[in-house]
Amino acid sequence: MNLNPFRLSPQTLRRSRPWAVLLSLAAALLTWELVSRFSGLPSFILPAPEQVAVRFWRALNEDNLLLHTAVTLSEILLGLLTGTLAAVGLGYAVAKSRTFERLAAPYLVASQAIPVVAIAPLLVIWFGPGMFSKVLICALIVFFPVLVNTVVGVRAVPRALHDLMRSLRATRGQIIRLLEVPAALPVLLGGLRIGATLSVIGAVVGELVGADRGLGFLINTARGLYDTALVFVAVFTLIALALALYGLVAGLEKKFLSWQESHE
Amino acid sequence: MEPILTVRELSVTFPDNNGGLEALGSASFEICPQEFVCLLGPSGSGKSTLLRVLAGLLRPTGGDFVFAGGQPKIGMVFQQANLMPWRTALENITLPLELENVPPDERRARALELIELVGLTGFEDARPRDLSGGMAQRVAIARALIHDPDLLLLDEPFGSLDALTRERMWSELSRIWQARRKTVLMVTHSIGEALFLADRVLVLSQRPGRIKLDLAVDLPRPRTDEVRYTAHFGRLARKLKEAIE
Repeated sequence: MNLNPFRLSPQTLRRSRPWAVLLSLAAALLTWELVSRFSGLPSFILPAPEQVAVRFWRALNEDNLLLHTAVTLSEILLGLLTGTLAAVGLGYAVAKSRTFERLAAPYLVASQAIPVVAIAPLLVIWFGPGMFSKVLICALIVFFPVLVNTVVGVRAVPRALHDLMRSLRATRGQIIRLLEVPAALPVLLGGLRIGATLSVIGAVVGELVGADRGLGFLINTARGLYDTALVFVAVFTLIALALALYGLVAGLEKKFLSWQESHE
Repeated sequence: MEPILTVRELSVTFPDNNGGLEALGSASFEICPQEFVCLLGPSGSGKSTLLRVLAGLLRPTGGDFVFAGGQPKIGMVFQQANLMPWRTALENITLPLELENVPPDERRARALELIELVGLTGFEDARPRDLSGGMAQRVAIARALIHDPDLLLLDEPFGSLDALTRERMWSELSRIWQARRKTVLMVTHSIGEALFLADRVLVLSQRPGRIKLDLAVDLPRPRTDEVRYTAHFGRLARKLKEAIE
């Protein structure tokens, strides 16, 4: 994936006009078409856009594209969900308790230092080529950025608002529900936005290492057969998945954070 | 009258590297129900510390305080309005009722009543970032009143407002207090503010703070701007000024 969405905020995307998006897409397609036509590269190196389109149609009917997509999407979503839940829970504990932070810090640092991509083969050896190992890889790769954002978000809740809640004798649960969650939500969703894209990478890496289903598996198989058009199809499907997830989080941000929008 | 709050030799020492910083040294006083009391003192005299102890935000190092009738409900207004930016003005005001699990319809009805009392009609759905400093502080005052607290603690509530807005807020607060008759303890460092609002003014000494003067303000109510230009106001102001220095 060449798309690096980490720096793109939803505002950046919203600011780009539909006609501009269409225009730049058209330009890219045209370039691709021209290169594939006049460079003399064989189609197993660079297939033309229309070949990929035809292959897409065939993949739907003959190669179970939808099934592979569904498998990869489930891995991504399950991994994202478990990784986020674990990270938010642990992040909250780290943010609230210095003792817990000191105890957990070595492991947290280690979890960031271990390149998940590098231990993916190990995880596949241990947990088999099924879905579980991919979900685990996704969860691990999502874990750290969401954890960091949770800690930052919870720690940034103004002390004065804590004082207010305490002067009103709010319970622990009320403080979490009515103060800490809404106050930390902007930063938390920022972490989820990063996590969503990382989760796609995690699932594909896991599938490339060893799987019998999924878009990563499809890429591996197609590559072996020099069916480069099918590789393109799988890659584009992954891009669509990543964009959809990104849009989903951006939508959540829009729904829950409208109070933040600045007046311009 | 039986005091609603009795404070006995309350002291607070903050730990630091050389034996502790004594913020409040043995303060004793009483407050009667429905009384408006101002705590006046120079910066660093422990006024806010005292208020934070009474609000339950800080544990005293020595002494104690007793509320008649046990655990009181506290309404607190801080120097900053301290509103939740994700809530509308109305939702900010209803917060204390939400914590008491009051049903939404009643919350809304009571908030609308207070919005009218503090003069914010039409701004129910405004977000805090769209409110001026004075308006935000009115929201904070309404929020402090909505759950019908036994004691209202005001910590320099108008300190961050400009002079004109501040003086208008004095009249507003005076009017609101006449309407609701709460027991109020307000921290301020403005002599004019204390005299305009209070029934009694307690003067705290330099750190560590103790009560240096307990002055009854016998100016007639309801007070208007005029009262500030009377000779008696001037005499009282002078007494306070001398006690502070």
